[in-house]
Amino acid sequence: MTDRDSPVTTDELHAYVDGMLPADRTGAVEAWLAIHPEDAARVAEWRALSDALHQRYGSIADEPVPARFDLAKLARSRPPWRAIAAAALLAAVIGGAAGWIGRAASTPAPSSGEIITADALSAHKLYIAEVRHPIEVKAAEKHLIPWLSKRVGTTLRIPDLNEYSLQLLGGRLLPGPIGPAALFMYESPSGERFTIYCSRSKKMRMALRYQSGGEIAAMHWVESEIGYVVSGPDDRGRLAKIAQTAYEQMENPPARGAQFPLISRRKGS
Amino acid sequence: MSGFRPSVEAAIPALRRYARALTHDAELADDLVQDTLVRALRSEHLFHGGDVRSWLYTILTNLNRNRLRSLARRPTHTSIEDNDAPDTAGPEAGGRDIERALASLVDDQRVALLLVVLEGLTYREVAEIQGVPIGTVMSRLARARIQIKTYLDGARPSLRRVK
Repeated sequence: MTDRDSPVTTDELHAYVDGMLPADRTGAVEAWLAIHPEDAARVAEWRALSDALHQRYGSIADEPVPARFDLAKLARSRPPWRAIAAAALLAAVIGGAAGWIGRAASTPAPSSGEIITADALSAHKLYIAEVRHPIEVKAAEKHLIPWLSKRVGTTLRIPDLNEYSLQLLGGRLLPGPIGPAALFMYESPSGERFTIYCSRSKKMRMALRYQSGGEIAAMHWVESEIGYVVSGPDDRGRLAKIAQTAYEQMENPPARGAQFPLISRRKGS
Repeated sequence: MSGFRPSVEAAIPALRRYARALTHDAELADDLVQDTLVRALRSEHLFHGGDVRSWLYTILTNLNRNRLRSLARRPTHTSIEDNDAPDTAGPEAGGRDIERALASLVDDQRVALLLVVLEGLTYREVAEIQGVPIGTVMSRLARARIQIKTYLDGARPSLRRVK
């Protein structure tokens, strides 16, 4: 009959059903199916599945598009803070915290790093899933950083993660292990979300540590009694780079005088 | 840039279909679509050519994955839904079966199956959306089909009626 010398693979059977088989193999596959009833049955099942999916969901695409999807309206609703955040400095960093540096930790608890990381990962998982309200206060609202700084008990700053295409959405206040915690959320253009969690720590200082929690992972460190946890998708190399950038900006804050460079530089003049 | 908005607009019906099949929840599905559109409009300046439709599917897929990650840590949430959800989604038994069969897949396989079979994307497009090689898409697709067959053969044989 036809190409008996080039057997048909399972991949080709899938491609045949999905209309992705090169034209010059169609004849060979059809000839194969004619003499291999088990494969023909599989192909028939896959086609039945395709039909069932189209039957169940196909009509949704024929519905009139609801008014809520009017693009002009959605575009107008674009909040101005996005533009501000786009060029913004974005990392949670302490600076000018001389008063706090003086207060050395007395009794470092061995597991405090794990506790804070677990808290941060819980908050990360919970809030990255929020479609409408991932944050409490938007990045453009001037009180965001002063407010969270005051509650956490240090001067928080925001690292610039633009080189990773991450924009600051904003932040929220959370209960932390030994006091209030701040959670800042960043987002990539494709919707991936990272968070930076900051809370008082019983430790004075701890080097960067990595912890994987399934699909997500965290980088944790402590500086001057404040624990930081950067959480995101479990891609160790990428997460480490992002955490390193945030950490370096914390160690070397831009000496521009402005306490909150992101906000003041954009709005100041 | 003139083609950007019309391209986005033209994709909305298909995005709604994909989101509904992913979530089985009309309201949640439309929330995902709306969020996808808002993000796309905001990031228009970051879009340097290419296929707008694939990009929209990518955003929606990521948003839904974020949502699932959160559900994964609250397993009781899904089990309650399974028991209590009224059968409003599909008028016929086959529709209900296919929903449950889809729900039995892991997310990556469900995404691959729906994008190829329901949305008609090429293997290459799906590979880009999922950020994996084409071979991985094909194995996800194959595993999805095996899993659905196993599910339907075991729990819900009635789909066989559908031709």
